[in-house]
Amino acid sequence: MSELTLMKGNEALAEAAIRAGCKCFFGYPITPQTEISAYLSKRMPKVGGVFLQAESEVAAINMVYGCAGSGIRCMTSSSSPGISLKTEGISYIAGADLPCVIINVQRGGPGLGGIQPSQADYWQVTRALGHGDFHVLVFAPSTVQEMADTVQKAFDLADKYRMPAVILADGLLGQMMEPVAFDEDAEIKMSDASNKPWAATGHKNQRKHNIINSLYLQAEELEEKIRNRFERYEQVKANETMAECYKTEDAEIVVAAYGSTARLAKSAVELARKEGIKAGVFRPITLWPYPVNELNEACKNAKKVLVTEMSMGQMVDDVKLALNCRIPVEFVGRTGGVIPSPAEILNKIKEMGGDK
Amino acid sequence: MNFEFPKITVITGHYGCGKTNVSVNIALELAKKSDRVSVVDLDIVNPYFRTADFGELFGSSGVKLITPMYANSNLDIPALSFDLAGVINESEYVVIDVGGDPEGAAALGRYSDVLGKREDLALYYVVNKYRYLTSTPAEAVELLREIEAAGTISCSGIINNSNLGKLTDAETVAKSVDYAKEAAQAAGTSLLFTCSEEKNLGGIENAFPVKIYVKPIWDME
Repeated sequence: MSELTLMKGNEALAEAAIRAGCKCFFGYPITPQTEISAYLSKRMPKVGGVFLQAESEVAAINMVYGCAGSGIRCMTSSSSPGISLKTEGISYIAGADLPCVIINVQRGGPGLGGIQPSQADYWQVTRALGHGDFHVLVFAPSTVQEMADTVQKAFDLADKYRMPAVILADGLLGQMMEPVAFDEDAEIKMSDASNKPWAATGHKNQRKHNIINSLYLQAEELEEKIRNRFERYEQVKANETMAECYKTEDAEIVVAAYGSTARLAKSAVELARKEGIKAGVFRPITLWPYPVNELNEACKNAKKVLVTEMSMGQMVDDVKLALNCRIPVEFVGRTGGVIPSPAEILNKIKEMGGDK
Repeated sequence: MNFEFPKITVITGHYGCGKTNVSVNIALELAKKSDRVSVVDLDIVNPYFRTADFGELFGSSGVKLITPMYANSNLDIPALSFDLAGVINESEYVVIDVGGDPEGAAALGRYSDVLGKREDLALYYVVNKYRYLTSTPAEAVELLREIEAAGTISCSGIINNSNLGKLTDAETVAKSVDYAKEAAQAAGTSLLFTCSEEKNLGGIENAFPVKIYVKPIWDME
């Protein structure tokens, strides 16, 4: 590992992208993720890469579409309103089976919302990051170090399964400073087109031409394409879930939280444990595919589950589905850019009977 | 600490060097000897983690806090609407926390009519050896020159605030002192003091023990 340096989450994402072999970045500024662009504008030219500030989010995602089609590792980043603008392009990228990484440093919504941290894009990213039948990989790191570590994983799995990968952060993680070290021995396998026989790199009269496209004139042909894609999604679900369990072994109340809110949940669980309450934290690291088995394992002794988020409770449905509603699931959270305090979460744990 | 602060202390640095924590601690230190201390939040760069977060702490210590109209709101507008000359006249000490980098220092230019050529003003540059873009003395000085140009004020001293956040220990601080001295020398000025929590400052000359006020909400309990 490299020496520890102090970095903002946004900077760590940007540096990690370069180290993961990302050669092209297309972006458009928006608070609270602009440091990603600022950082890459300085660094990309020094490593022979391309940094381009597009005229809009829509332009940036379509540049990613073109670049990904040539097999080059590429990335874009934005915050909530900007991600909404990108969704059309993301759908095209998914429809053309192309890999890329998209970062969303979430802020308050809907609409222009606000610049303070939020997790209110969970439904959007796990259910419908664009029109049509498709999924994207979704990673939700909770520390600056994990943000750095997740980027290469996102690129690798995007390439492996030929689908977009999203890193879902929030303003708090993007703006905060923490020490971070980078893995200097990481192997970069697929940063260019060399292992991508599908890439549109010019056939040179040596092979059939590759076409990057999401338009199918025959309904049956499109259906078959989508069915094949969903078979691949089953492999993703079987093999790529990630989660962290914290003190869930004997936990009677399991607090389910992701990203920065999981750290608030951990503080709340520490406070609860001091009062003799058996509480633990289940933290999904992949939000799609959702770590269903890991959640059930974490809840083996749980009497109740508490979901906490910086939203109105968008992850509650996934928790209920994963548990098949066999355990009561409740919610506490704040939204609109307000951060819940560990004390608020603790109070809810107590209210749920955790003080007996 | 035996350091004589001027009437107006301007704190600058690379964003993320810990300027705000240094500014808060200086203001609280000055509040021990004066009941007319003002802190001015001139940060037009950073939407989060800024002096405007510490209104309550300052209030209980008798420090007056002056912030941009929209600080900590959902409006991302760098509007500086207050009367800095008035603040300076009313105060015995003023600490000005400037936003990071040349972009942040540009806010000083807005008040150059008030701040320019004052004898009782000093601009200090906060450095952190463990921050990207200022991890060598040469890089630190390069950024300082850009800040000076943007802020139209020259630096009169370096404050060493080298830290690795929660992982900071005595070794982290000890390893940073030579770096800070070299940066000061290269900048043609001197190292004023080294900031850290008291436990990390054993054997450090010109130490300024600080408390960590700027930290994430999950560490607040």
